[in-house]
Amino acid sequence: MPEAKYLLVGSSHAALEALRAIRLVDPDGSMAMLTRDERLPYSPTILPYVVSGRSGSDQVLLRDPAFFTANNCTYVPNAQAVSLDPKAKAVTLASGEVWRYQSLLIASGAAPAIPPVKGLDGVKYHVLRTLADAEGLRAAMGSAKSAVVLGAGLVGLHAAENLAEAGLKVSVVEMQDHVLPGYFDAKASTRIEDAFIKHGVDLKLKRKVVEVSGPAIRVTLDDGGVIEADLLLVATGVRPVTDWLAGSGIAVDKGVVVDEVMRTNVDGVWAAGDVAQATDFASGKPALIGIIPTAVEQGKIAGQGMAGDSYRKDYAGGLPVNTYRFFGRVALSIGRAAATDGVEAVETESGAYRRLVLEGDRLVGYASVDEPFDVGIMGELIRRRVDLSECKDAFLARPVETGRRLMSEQWR
Amino acid sequence: MGAAFDSISFKASLCDGCGDCMTACSEVKQGASRISIVPGAKAGSFETAICRQCGDPKCVQVCPSGALDKDGGNGVIGWDASKCVDCLLCTAGCSYGGIAVDPKVARVAKCDQCDGDPACVKVCPTGALEFRKAGSIFNEYGAKEDLFVPGLSGCQGCNSELIMRHAMRKIGRNSVLATPPGCIPGMGSVGYNGKTGTKVPVFHPLLTNTASMLSGIRRYYDRIGRKDIVVMALAGDGGTSDCGFHAVSGAAERGEKVLYVCVDNEGYMNTGMQRSGTTPYGSWTSTTPVGEHMKGKTQDAKNLPLIMTAHKCRYVATASTGYMEDLYEKLDRAIEASFEGFSYLHIYSPCPTGWRIPSSKVIEACRMSVDSNFNPLWEYTNRSGLRFTHSPDNAYPITEYVKMIGKYRHLSPDQLAHIQAKVDEQVALLKLMAAESPPPQAAHRAPAGSSTPAGAELTQPARREIARN
Repeated sequence: MPEAKYLLVGSSHAALEALRAIRLVDPDGSMAMLTRDERLPYSPTILPYVVSGRSGSDQVLLRDPAFFTANNCTYVPNAQAVSLDPKAKAVTLASGEVWRYQSLLIASGAAPAIPPVKGLDGVKYHVLRTLADAEGLRAAMGSAKSAVVLGAGLVGLHAAENLAEAGLKVSVVEMQDHVLPGYFDAKASTRIEDAFIKHGVDLKLKRKVVEVSGPAIRVTLDDGGVIEADLLLVATGVRPVTDWLAGSGIAVDKGVVVDEVMRTNVDGVWAAGDVAQATDFASGKPALIGIIPTAVEQGKIAGQGMAGDSYRKDYAGGLPVNTYRFFGRVALSIGRAAATDGVEAVETESGAYRRLVLEGDRLVGYASVDEPFDVGIMGELIRRRVDLSECKDAFLARPVETGRRLMSEQWR
Repeated sequence: MGAAFDSISFKASLCDGCGDCMTACSEVKQGASRISIVPGAKAGSFETAICRQCGDPKCVQVCPSGALDKDGGNGVIGWDASKCVDCLLCTAGCSYGGIAVDPKVARVAKCDQCDGDPACVKVCPTGALEFRKAGSIFNEYGAKEDLFVPGLSGCQGCNSELIMRHAMRKIGRNSVLATPPGCIPGMGSVGYNGKTGTKVPVFHPLLTNTASMLSGIRRYYDRIGRKDIVVMALAGDGGTSDCGFHAVSGAAERGEKVLYVCVDNEGYMNTGMQRSGTTPYGSWTSTTPVGEHMKGKTQDAKNLPLIMTAHKCRYVATASTGYMEDLYEKLDRAIEASFEGFSYLHIYSPCPTGWRIPSSKVIEACRMSVDSNFNPLWEYTNRSGLRFTHSPDNAYPITEYVKMIGKYRHLSPDQLAHIQAKVDEQVALLKLMAAESPPPQAAHRAPAGSSTPAGAELTQPARREIARN
């Protein structure tokens, strides 16, 4: 029975950071990384660029075999965990193989959430979460002339742009009033929507799909409208991969419930990344914030805990971050960038769009379209709750310059 | 792991906002400047945004395409344009604006240190930007044999231990070492149970006779034709400035060919933190307590290195572990000079235990002591006079230094004003002394008619080789 002192289930950002954090403290303890994927580690974020052809599948791998050799970690692809027995400290794989562990990291990520739409399970549709998905979509769009995308989140919009740029006639169906709901306010979203419309994408906002039929894709909307297309992409969000934890005693809400140091309710088991339900920085309440920066932070904290690193710090809570490129343009947001209640929003709309969101003298959110800013600096100002009262006018007038100044001062 | 790296440093107090660095960077990189100078909080002050080449780089960790990577050789975080998909997530990873969007090409741009010769540093007219090469020193000398045994019982964060391990790596095995009573033997240099704590011959003189004993040893080695031995002391400030002073002064006056390193932690720290002649005004020590009436030491420190210049030593210098490149250069010159006459190196050594500094802040205190002119860095030879090796201009106010240190916590505004006045006075005097100095000479030769025993002359490069063995 294979055994590892540190067993990491998952192979993307959270697991990779845990590996690094563990190896800083314990260079020798046996370690294995299990992944249901067949490849070396990669980031789901890269997939739209594989679809567009900008990045080759073999160029996006984040680590090579030499890395795992150097770090004394056994990398096990095609290893889908199907159950966990915390008493026996054992993870069973789909192949029947059982891995024993001393410390376990659950970093099994998320998978596409498929909405309960009538007829959807009877047709061929695409999702975009793995390299295989990306390769499949890229192959399919070569022969397709039209496509319909369900969901106008980041995955849906990236894919819609790829498809439109490849010459397909594209429709996007979104339940909400605007694209990228949550990340951007209506004004910012409108600018993004305009770009899509200009590039010939048909945006169906505030619309629900009531039925899908095939084999030639026919999507019926709640207003009676019908979209016919050669290709269907479902991009209506993701849900944490927790089904394999059923019966294990690991507490699962929307994701795996973790405390401030990424421990689950079961001894010897940590969770991090898209699968974990940690806290939201702004509200302090449990939240799923499935983005790379939170995965990195959580993975590091979990790894430190697993290896007993005394320099471990509590998780400060996740901050939503979005760096979005569309048709060569830039839209960025961090924190409560779309908030309206109880906050002061300072908006600039001539030329580029900028929205600064403050609570008293503290920054809580920032969004822009067509005007890059130092997202990380603004994130630190939010996280450190930096008092801007001394420089508020300067900050509102010249946020980038003033932000750089403030963080340069903080450095000393 | 284990490697140290050279880095671009920015000293805000020296920056006048001219922007030459940005122009130079833009020209060399043919795009947006990778360094950004922005107005500071006060009028006429400036701050910077530049890649810190972090050891734990968030930009790399959040990159989904593997386009960013820290080079294990030079520490630079490199950007691979062909792998980058322009997602800008790295800009969300960086807390300092070190990787930012170049608006012209809508791609990120970051500092790559110009392959170890940064264009921005070369054009900086005020010295605000420096390319600090301490990393190379650590790499080069860290690989050399440590001439102290492991497991010395220094306090956590001890700067004196740093000084002795560095100095002996530089000086090498061809040396005889005196460690008079003080922290250095206290932490085990003279050893336990009949074994020494060093890998070179070491002895434990009295506080009073270190320099005298070294004089005899040097004369004996000269007599038997061993001109290649560095005869040296690693002594504390008490053993040098107080009870050992007559011996030091005598040996210097006679021009004995000795390297005398004074590790100045401003008091008798190993015996319980009593005051010494170099304890600064206002300091708390166990013999200058702070209470209702007494507020620390009431006298000013004696400036021992300045006193040594009056002995017309072959070489006198002050140094600090906050400026390692400078310390290493001075060690070179001090070793060389010790074959020709009395060579005196005064190294400031903030003491985390006795001064009440968190051990993590010791090097910062070293640096601030220099940057505030509390301990200016200079060197002196009897040929070329005195010169600053670190500009005393645009210094931080003394409060920036003393606020880091617990032994000054009680200081009243009057006491602070006294210290500032003394620091200013001292710098003014040093500037007067430095005013007429010619630029430093590359090589020194023994003066004719030196009273020291004249052994067979070694050529300078040969000596340097020996010294660095």
